[in-house]
Amino acid sequence: MRRRAFLLASGALAAAPLARAGRVEYPAVLPRRLVFPRDHGAHPEFRSEWWYVTGWLDGPSGFQVTFFRARPGFESENPSSFSPRQIVLAHAALSDPGRGRLLHDQKAARAALGLAGADEDTTRVWVDDWRLELSESVYRARIAAREFELDLNLAADGPLLLQGDSGFSRKGRRPEEASYYYSRAQLAVRGRVNGRPASGIAWLDHEWSSAYLAPEAAGWDWCGINLASGGALMAFRMRAKTGGVHYAGGTLRSADGGLRRFAPHEIALEPLRTWRSPRTGVEYPVAMRVGVGGEEWRLEPLMDDQELDARASAGTIYWEGAVRALRDGREVGRGYLELTGYWKPMKL
Amino acid sequence: MLRLLLVLRPRRARGRTLLSAAGIALGVALGFGVHLVNRAAVEDLAAAVRSVAGEADLEVRGGRGGFPESLYARLASLPGVALASPLLELEAGIAGADRGTIRVVGADVLRAAVLQPALFADDPARRIELLEPDKVFLSAAAAESLRLARGDRLALVVGQRTVELEVAGVLAASSLRGVAALTDVATAQWRLGRLGELNRIELRLAPGAYRDALMRSIAALLPPGAQVAAVETLEEASGTPSRAYRVNLEVLALVALVTGGFLVFSAQALEVARRRSEHALLRVIGLERRGVARLVLAEAAALGVLGSLAGLALGYALALAAVRAWGGDLGAGQWRAAAPELRLTLDGALAYLAAGIATALAGALLPALDAARAPPARALKSGDEQRMFEKAAPPWPGVALLAAGGLLAQLGPVNGLPLAGYGAIACLLLGAVALMPRLSQAVFASLASTRQPSLALALAQLRGAPGQAGVSLAAIVASFSLMAAMAIMVASFRQSVDEWLDAVLPADLYLRTTHAGDTAYLEPGFEARVRALPQIARVEFLRTGRLLLDPARPALVLIARDLPPDGVQRTFPLVGERYESKPGDPPAAWVSEAVADLYGYAPGSRIELPLAGRNREFVVAGVWRDYARQHGAVLIDRKDYAALTGDRRANDLALWLAPGASAAGAAAALRELPGGEQLELAAPGEIRERSLRIFDRSFAVTYAMEAVAVLVGLFGLSSSLGAIVLARRREFGMLRHLGLTRGQIGAMLAAEGGLLATLGALAGLAAGGAISLVLVHVVNRQSFNWSMELHPPYALLAGLTAVLIASAMATATISGREAMGTAPVRAVREDW
Repeated sequence: MRRRAFLLASGALAAAPLARAGRVEYPAVLPRRLVFPRDHGAHPEFRSEWWYVTGWLDGPSGFQVTFFRARPGFESENPSSFSPRQIVLAHAALSDPGRGRLLHDQKAARAALGLAGADEDTTRVWVDDWRLELSESVYRARIAAREFELDLNLAADGPLLLQGDSGFSRKGRRPEEASYYYSRAQLAVRGRVNGRPASGIAWLDHEWSSAYLAPEAAGWDWCGINLASGGALMAFRMRAKTGGVHYAGGTLRSADGGLRRFAPHEIALEPLRTWRSPRTGVEYPVAMRVGVGGEEWRLEPLMDDQELDARASAGTIYWEGAVRALRDGREVGRGYLELTGYWKPMKL
Repeated sequence: MLRLLLVLRPRRARGRTLLSAAGIALGVALGFGVHLVNRAAVEDLAAAVRSVAGEADLEVRGGRGGFPESLYARLASLPGVALASPLLELEAGIAGADRGTIRVVGADVLRAAVLQPALFADDPARRIELLEPDKVFLSAAAAESLRLARGDRLALVVGQRTVELEVAGVLAASSLRGVAALTDVATAQWRLGRLGELNRIELRLAPGAYRDALMRSIAALLPPGAQVAAVETLEEASGTPSRAYRVNLEVLALVALVTGGFLVFSAQALEVARRRSEHALLRVIGLERRGVARLVLAEAAALGVLGSLAGLALGYALALAAVRAWGGDLGAGQWRAAAPELRLTLDGALAYLAAGIATALAGALLPALDAARAPPARALKSGDEQRMFEKAAPPWPGVALLAAGGLLAQLGPVNGLPLAGYGAIACLLLGAVALMPRLSQAVFASLASTRQPSLALALAQLRGAPGQAGVSLAAIVASFSLMAAMAIMVASFRQSVDEWLDAVLPADLYLRTTHAGDTAYLEPGFEARVRALPQIARVEFLRTGRLLLDPARPALVLIARDLPPDGVQRTFPLVGERYESKPGDPPAAWVSEAVADLYGYAPGSRIELPLAGRNREFVVAGVWRDYARQHGAVLIDRKDYAALTGDRRANDLALWLAPGASAAGAAAALRELPGGEQLELAAPGEIRERSLRIFDRSFAVTYAMEAVAVLVGLFGLSSSLGAIVLARRREFGMLRHLGLTRGQIGAMLAAEGGLLATLGALAGLAAGGAISLVLVHVVNRQSFNWSMELHPPYALLAGLTAVLIASAMATATISGREAMGTAPVRAVREDW
């Protein structure tokens, strides 16, 4: 379950015709100043929200821990404690080149009876015994999946990386197609994977919105890279259904904290090499050239097969994987690349 | 050579051969058909458990009251539990007249998608759709029987109101069984008036968790009335409640097969007699004794193969037709099963093929041995066929069998099945048959001779050729005793049900909501309004519930009832001893016979019943007869129930009219009350009639199978009698030469048939009476846990006896006329 899959689900929730129940009016995303620690917590009135951790462990291998929150699109007076007012979904994956494929698992539950939920005052989100919590400046992620177990501390000592215009990040050409979005880069990872000590470096996104994807968009390519220099790079493009780019955005923070934001025309994400999944036949641009404001990197995957077939649960297939950032053939950063909408264009 | 022998047989003998093959075919067909239906039904029941349990390892169940939803949160976070899926499952009444109930499965669709993936596998978007308020997906069976499709409304009765849910789609037939609807647990809780409650939790173990230990720690957390069990156990136990009924049908099929075996016996015995000289000739030209026996057995085996193959095909056709007409429980209403899918398997077919052949061989065994034993020289002489079976068997095997039957009838059930009872019936039947040659010799020897020539000749024949008479008698006794036993049992049962209905329906008018499942009820306000109606002199309300005392058994029905001032026995037919409550005793409870049998409760015992989440002590004051709730019911005073639970709702009421008031007037007044228009009102006569109709329907298949078994027996009787007569062609020629008229020979044959049939019928009545006692007091009691009084249908039995004697006389006479068709000279010619 990734951003796209999740949106598919919440889109269906919002769009289905309703007999008796009223439709929820989601608040619009308008430019505002983010306030912390309040904005580390959940924003249950918005349609969707995610806390998205991706990272590299020494070994090397990739890992990903994501918690989604969704507000279904119907109003109901049902006083039942099971009444689905908020849904929490969680996803975890491990990219181990030794295995040659992703290990992944997921959970979904309504926020009810304390078994799942998302706190509003700071980051604390959980489904059963899977949880992600922020205390002081350390995030703790605990995941007991079917095939693997993660118990990781992510030290967030650096400054917040507010994306877009001070955390207001546009996703499309209409003003309402936007999200609140900040990242935390260069998180030092310490903890255990399957009971064995592990360490590495990670990236966290926290993003919430009510209209993420423009109707014209088919999907997106996104990357978040921790640069070896201590800097951080984020770039995305929304691909139009008709081909070409519908919208794009990106940020580059240098090691000394200098921040550069880029307008759509300054962003370039271009496929260098594609890989076709033998299982699904879907072709993904697993190696890419990323250009922002005149600087350029080449993204090469840790392994080609980081495809995730979530048709049975989320109804979609996509690629989400650990990548190296190369410049002049030399590794200068590590991060994650997300490729959605290559199987079928998104329906909202 | 075998084929040659079969081909060389005269046409009439071939007809008899085909008849005995048909007997085997019918027996195999019934057995195989019942086997197919039963297996399909059992698989269907287990699959029904599995389809809701999905991939769960453990299941927690509550009674109808269920348990608080906080229990789910506790169990879900228990170490060792990987996944938990909460359910609220209720049998809801469908609004509208006589539309029955639908099983509403309220699941947390997000949890169920993981633990019960079959519900969502074909369309993952379904779980999102189901999160919307008031949506349901119907099972294929429900959509078909209610004629509802996507976008329609499903109207349910909750309390005295109607709740409408929107049909969002129809599920694949394999994912949800029976008439059922899948909805979200939040919708179910709210719309069915069960906020805060669940009644089922499916659990999956974490890898490495120890199941038994986890079950113990879960059990410690459960409130009274809730039980935890392994899904495997539940799957296995799903067939248990209906097993006795299924075994009963299988035994009846077996009886038909055994009767077919008798047919083979009589046909082969007479065939062996007819071909005595032929066999002797074969011996003379060098065939060994064993060879003769083998020849007879080979013929029987050929019959068996022929009959069994035809029987397998017929059985499959019968099973298909039966499932289509009556469903998997064959109309018995024993369990809810939509038409299950029949699956032909090689092992089942081979088993019944083997059973058919074995029965044919067993039937031919005695004649084969007899044929082998006959000394060739004597057998070549004419008239020797009269000698067969002339050595009367010693009486002790028959006496021993009867004694064994009596002993077996005293034993209790084995694994819930009346196996000893079935054994007793077999012993009684075989014992009676084994004693018949001796008995007939004794009886016919003691009859005074007469001067009337036809009668005198008949007696002389019966005395002189006891072997042949014995063959016919065996057929008569076997089929007639079974017929009499079944008739007595069925009449006793029906009469008992009839009297029971009289006892439980004493009021003038009844109002029920229980037809509308778990969700309909009457509010206390409605009760007050009913009590205030001037047309009504007295009214008794009752509240029903369900109690789960054992997770592997169906829940018991709890009946909390206003008791009349003059005691419980006025309303419920008590049987056996009673217990008078002493001061200081807990409240009284009366248990049905099924509860007494299955749980071992006796008058005076202290029992605990989980009411509203707490165990409450009761003392068993008596046992009552209940033909309506087969899995058991517990009756308590509604005052006690209300005091212990605070629940003042009601489900049904019985009312007595004020002097001068009419039932129609009272019914109209009830319907005018707010919420009264949905209610089902019935006069006791209607309920009675409907109940008896259900009774007849549930025993229709049983009756049909009994009729087939008896018919096969009657066929055997007439064919063996006819064959005996035909074999005596030369004798008739001789008698004609001696001056007897055709009429006198006809009268002689009629007298022979009549005497045989009378003796057979009397012996059959005696044996049948004994067998019916076993059926009534052992087999029925142990299979279905209900007692009944013996009510022999005297007129019917007398009529059957008359028909039997008349048909025996007619068969003998008609065959005699045929046998005398040849001229007397030709008939005796072969003697010289």
